[in-house]
Amino acid sequence: MTKIDIIQDVYEKLGFSKKDAARIVESVFEIMKDSLARGEKIKISGFGNFSVKEKKSRRGRNPQTGSEIEISARKVLTFKSSQVLRKALNS
Amino acid sequence: MNKSGLIEALSKKENLTEKKAIDLVNLIFKGFTDTLKNGGRIEIRGFGSFVVRDYEAYTGRNPKTGKNITVSPKRLPFFKVGKELKAKVNGK
Repeated sequence: MTKIDIIQDVYEKLGFSKKDAARIVESVFEIMKDSLARGEKIKISGFGNFSVKEKKSRRGRNPQTGSEIEISARKVLTFKSSQVLRKALNS
Repeated sequence: MNKSGLIEALSKKENLTEKKAIDLVNLIFKGFTDTLKNGGRIEIRGFGSFVVRDYEAYTGRNPKTGKNITVSPKRLPFFKVGKELKAKVNGK
């Protein structure tokens, strides 16, 4: 499934034009991206939570050369699936 | 931000009635759930992708009691963040 499929679904089921459907679907992901970029958590009940975690810098190794390198501090986005979704996948 | 926050932001940004915004957001996540349920993959450019991984049954251990337990086969959803969003959360 890609954005194209979602747009098609919105067009067929909710009565938007294809052009509007495309713009609005894009907006949904833009809103989510902007919110995450601000470091906020997104909770979608029944689906899961997206949250931004701060990682400290640490020493790592280049697995190819074996030389030690500094891995800089960074933020990573994690997704925790909801119990409802996990149940749905296993029913 | 929770689902109602997303709905509110969407209705404001796109000038939609609350009802339309609710239907839209619900349709997207229902589509996601149904796709994953059928073992399908979801790929949203700039955002990320979702896949389902299958796990075989294995013998695990209850870390509290140390007892052996059989973990039945299961399927779990995974999210991989997209390049654009990965950079964005790092302020780039």
